[in-house]
Amino acid sequence: MKRIEAIIRKTKFEDVKEALLRSDIDWFEYHDVHGIGQSRQERIYRGVQYSTDVIERVALAIVCRDHFVEPTVRVIAETAHTGEVGDGRIFVSDIIDTWSIRTGEHGDTVLRDKK
Amino acid sequence: MHMNDIALSLDTVWMLLAAMLVFWMQPGFALCEAGFTRGKNTANILFKNFVDFMFGSLLFWFVGFGFMFGSEGAGFIGAPNWGDLSFYSGDLPVEGFLMFETVFCATSATIVSGAMAERTKFSMYVIYSAVITLLIYPVEGHWTWGGGWLCNDASGSFMTTTFGTVFHDFAGSAIVHSVGGVLALIGAMALGARRGKYTSEGVSRAIPGHSLTLAALGVFILWLGWFGFNPGSQLAASGEVNRTAISHVLLTTNLAAASGGVGTMFLTWRKYGKPSFSLMLNGVLAGLVGITAGCDLVSPAGAAAIGLVCGIVLVYSIEFIDHRLHIDDPVGASSVHGVCGILGTLLTGLLSTSSGAFYGHGWGFFGAQCFGILVIDLWAAACGLVLFYGIKHMHGLRVDARIEDEGLDVYEHGETCYN
Repeated sequence: MKRIEAIIRKTKFEDVKEALLRSDIDWFEYHDVHGIGQSRQERIYRGVQYSTDVIERVALAIVCRDHFVEPTVRVIAETAHTGEVGDGRIFVSDIIDTWSIRTGEHGDTVLRDKK
Repeated sequence: MHMNDIALSLDTVWMLLAAMLVFWMQPGFALCEAGFTRGKNTANILFKNFVDFMFGSLLFWFVGFGFMFGSEGAGFIGAPNWGDLSFYSGDLPVEGFLMFETVFCATSATIVSGAMAERTKFSMYVIYSAVITLLIYPVEGHWTWGGGWLCNDASGSFMTTTFGTVFHDFAGSAIVHSVGGVLALIGAMALGARRGKYTSEGVSRAIPGHSLTLAALGVFILWLGWFGFNPGSQLAASGEVNRTAISHVLLTTNLAAASGGVGTMFLTWRKYGKPSFSLMLNGVLAGLVGITAGCDLVSPAGAAAIGLVCGIVLVYSIEFIDHRLHIDDPVGASSVHGVCGILGTLLTGLLSTSSGAFYGHGWGFFGAQCFGILVIDLWAAACGLVLFYGIKHMHGLRVDARIEDEGLDVYEHGETCYN
C-alpha cells in the first residue's frame, strides 16, 4: 500500500478531481495548503506596499494498493500540468497497514475498490 | 387640522427618519472597523461600537443634552438636565430632537474605536466613551449648535464683530467628525502601534484586515446613513425652502462621496500602479466627511470639488500619519474624520456660494471657519491629551503583549467571533 500526496495549483483542482473520479479512485482527501517559497507577489494594503511569499496550493492525498500507484500518479501529473514554474510535486510513501472501522478487517483488502 | 400643524408633523417625521438613518451609521462604522482589523479582535471592536451607542444614549439623555443645549447657549457649558427635557423650547417635539442629537453624539464617539483597535483595554475604552458623550462633545456642541458663542449671530457678539459672520458647520464636519478624528489620533498616539506594525528600523508594515467584504458593506451603509446625517440636519422638510434645501443637500452629499472615492481611486492607481480598494473605501468616507460642513452652502460642482480634494488629501494624510508620524491607525479614522473634517470646514469658507471667498464675498467667513475649527479641535485635543495620557499613566491603556498576540476576543471577552 502506498500513500500518494500531490501538491497542485488551486486552478487545476477541478480538473484533477474529475480525472481521478474517471479513473475509479473512490475516495481521496484534500486540503488547502499555504506554502512559503522563493517566488513573491507584490501587494498593497492601505498605502503600504509589501510582498507576500505565501503561495496557495491544494494538497490531495490518496491511499491505494501498489499497482494503482503508477496510473494514479500519471493521471495527476498529466492533468495538473501547465509547464509553468509552480505546477507542484507528487510524493509517494509506504503505508504499513490499513484498518476498516466498520468491518474490523485490515490489510491490503480493505482498499479493494472497483478496479 | 391646521396647515401649520401638518407642516410641523412633516418636519418631525423627516427629523425622526433622519435620526433612524444616522443610527444606521453605527453598524456601518462597526462593519467597516471590523473588516479593516484582524478576525481575532472582531468581537471586541463590534462590542466597542455597541458601547459607544449604549453609553451615548443614556448619558446624553441624562446630562449631555443639558450640557449642550441648556442655558440658552450662554457660558462654557449648559446646565445638566438630569433626564428632564422640559427646559428645551423649540417647535419640534423635544423627545424627537433629543433622539436626533443623540445619534450625532454617538457618531462622534464611535469614530475613535477604529483608530484604537486591536490593543486597547476594553474597560479603558468604556471610560473614554463615557467622557466624550458626557463632556467633550456636549461642550463644543454647546458653543455651536447649542447656540453658544461660535454661532451667536446677535449684533455685537464676538463672532460678528471679529469676522462679520458666525462659524458654520451644517451637519458636523467639525463638531462631530473632526472632534472624533482628533481624539482618534491622540488615542492611537497614546496607545502606541500594534505589535509588528513597524520594523525595528521604523518601516511601516501592512497588517491586512480580515474582510474587505465587511468593510465595503460598512462603507455603503455609512453612505446611506449620511443621507440622513446631512439632509436631516435641515431639521425641516415642509415648505418650498425646506424641500429645496433637503434635496440640494442630498445631492451635494452624494456627489462629494462619489468624487471622494473617484479621487482616491485614480490617485492610488497612479501612485501604486493599481487602484487600491481599501483606500478607495476611505476615500468615499473622506468625501462624505468633507461635504458635511457646507453641504447646504456649496453648489453641486463645489461639492464634487470638496469630495475630490478630500479623496486626494486623504491618501497623503494616511501615508504621513503612518510612515512619518508612526501613529498606527488601523482604519484611517484620524485622516478620514480628522483631516477631512477640518478640510471640509475650511473649504466651506471658500466655496460657499453665498458667503465664500471664491465667490467674491471676502475672507470674513473663511476666517470664521478657521477660527471655529481651531477652537473646537484645540478643545478636543486638550481633552484627549488629558484623558488618554491620564489613563495611560494611572491605569494603562493597553492590553498585555500576550493578549494582543492571541486576540482580544478570547482574553477580554472570553468569546470569539468565528467558531
